[in-house]
Amino acid sequence: MATAAATRPTSRDVAAPTPFRASRPRVNRTFYLFLLPTLILFTLCITLPAIMGITFSFTDSVGFGEFQFIGLTNYVALFSDPAIRSSYLFTIGFALVTVLLVNLLAFLLAVGLTAKIRGKIALRAAFVLPMVISGIVIAYVFNFLFSNSLPQLGQAVGITALEQSLLANPDLAWVTIVIVTAWQAIPSALLIYIAGILSIPAEVYEAASMDGASSMRRLVSITLPLVAGYVVINLVIGFKNFLNAYDIIVGLTNGGPGTATRSVAMTIFSGFTGGDYAYQMANATIFFLIAVVLAVIQLRLNRGRSAF
Amino acid sequence: MTAQTLVTTTPAQVPVRTRRRFLGRGGEDRPSWGTTIVLVLCTLAVIVPLYATVTMAFKTTEQSVDGQVFSLPNPISVDGFVQAWELTDFPRAFAISVFVTAVTVVGTVVLAAFAAYAIARNWGHKFFRWSFFYLLAAMFLPFPVLALSQVKLTGMVGLANPVGVALLHVMFQLSFSVLLFTAFIRGLPEELEESARLDGATTWVVFRRIVFPMMAPMSATVAIFAFLASWNDFMMPSLITADSTLQTLPVLQNIFQTQFSSNYNVAFASYLMAMTPAIIVYLFTQRWVMSGVTQGAIK
Repeated sequence: MATAAATRPTSRDVAAPTPFRASRPRVNRTFYLFLLPTLILFTLCITLPAIMGITFSFTDSVGFGEFQFIGLTNYVALFSDPAIRSSYLFTIGFALVTVLLVNLLAFLLAVGLTAKIRGKIALRAAFVLPMVISGIVIAYVFNFLFSNSLPQLGQAVGITALEQSLLANPDLAWVTIVIVTAWQAIPSALLIYIAGILSIPAEVYEAASMDGASSMRRLVSITLPLVAGYVVINLVIGFKNFLNAYDIIVGLTNGGPGTATRSVAMTIFSGFTGGDYAYQMANATIFFLIAVVLAVIQLRLNRGRSAF
Repeated sequence: MTAQTLVTTTPAQVPVRTRRRFLGRGGEDRPSWGTTIVLVLCTLAVIVPLYATVTMAFKTTEQSVDGQVFSLPNPISVDGFVQAWELTDFPRAFAISVFVTAVTVVGTVVLAAFAAYAIARNWGHKFFRWSFFYLLAAMFLPFPVLALSQVKLTGMVGLANPVGVALLHVMFQLSFSVLLFTAFIRGLPEELEESARLDGATTWVVFRRIVFPMMAPMSATVAIFAFLASWNDFMMPSLITADSTLQTLPVLQNIFQTQFSSNYNVAFASYLMAMTPAIIVYLFTQRWVMSGVTQGAIK
């Protein structure tokens, strides 16, 4: 990724038509055969359900049988529903805390892993490993550790807050979800930071060392500003992913205790059973709009980055 | 995307460049033991849960409930594995997971490679350019948003089974894969294709004999991400597949939360069997996994 900082391509670069190709408008028919199966399947599997979901959000459907259009009633009800509000508050708060923690730790690890150290290859392989482990399975493992080993540790060292299982504590259960999500999400953020740090020319560091800059000074004044673009991209990608939190929550608390850790995805899926199918479709539509806003922010940031 | 960027992002080159860069940095040749030790201590956070999984899996049922999670198994017992094998009907669950994952990997690579080739070589044509952005838009569409409708639709057309799960896995991998492939193909020289065409080769032959072989490194990256996404997924199979006897391996692990919750050794043996295939694949494909993350983010 050495030249990535300089030539970091964006979606806009992709959009720029090549004059050479543009001058050949006649398209070989085989190319349509190459593209059409994908387009048709994609439309049936993604676009059709999206349109269907938005349409149903304006009805009073319970998932089967007859229904009628009721305008914005579902949306109005959503905004005054305390269960919905608390799921959004929980999900957004969780995503914010997690994205900050993940990026702080991933950045520090990336600095360590790009320094002159022993066993670099093995260490990096170890830190990336959590990425390939199924979220639900590792959540079950942590579930056991949080409900058995951590209270034991709490008793042994005399921390009363830890003597009870964190999973059963309505005020602290979210901490366990942050920990396991971070455990799994740090590797990809870490790899992006490593690429960012490696794209900084070594000469910059050499010059700074010659001027007598300490390693702390080099970190704050050189590394951090030069990987700022990577920080931003990691924050946006991470936040977007954490908003979809589901697997790990199911494995740890299943939304509990009570509804203390119920994410938006979990409330949407309750539309399968609770008889409020159309209502949760409206919820999903709102969730979709949030995803679109984040996507626009991400594209804007990409564009801004390519300017410098 | 320029050809130069693509060359430097080719997975095969990553380790080489990394090493050279490290040797060139700073003026100090002495490795820092302090940093190394701190990092080794940090790996404990990764290792401890996995260590607990392995030791618990090899304990007897009596030892697994004695509260000493981190003690070594004594005696070493494979009872947990034997029971987990039967409880989850492991061969069937494994076969279903392999089926879903294999269809996802092959489907993603084939569909995305064909589509990306058509798009990259006809960029001047509106239909292909717009198709690209249309496929890309799904990258911002999370599954929970579509889940309710997709479950209903797959139920209606008889796809509430592993085939439907695999199909949806392919669809959700498409955006990312088409993006990577398109950028890669734009960096390939067109001269070879043109001379083959002058010799009378059809578009299909050009693709199969020339372009697809050259795409191999990118196909490896796309395939590994499709593998990981599909093998480890819980959300989609748990919602789409109606018949619990057709469930994938990760989803089946929930039986240890309800029915067999006190047999810890059995549960952990089962978790270990569910996570091992992905770990093995990772050990052999680290290079592509690592470079793939970076290429996906810095598009």
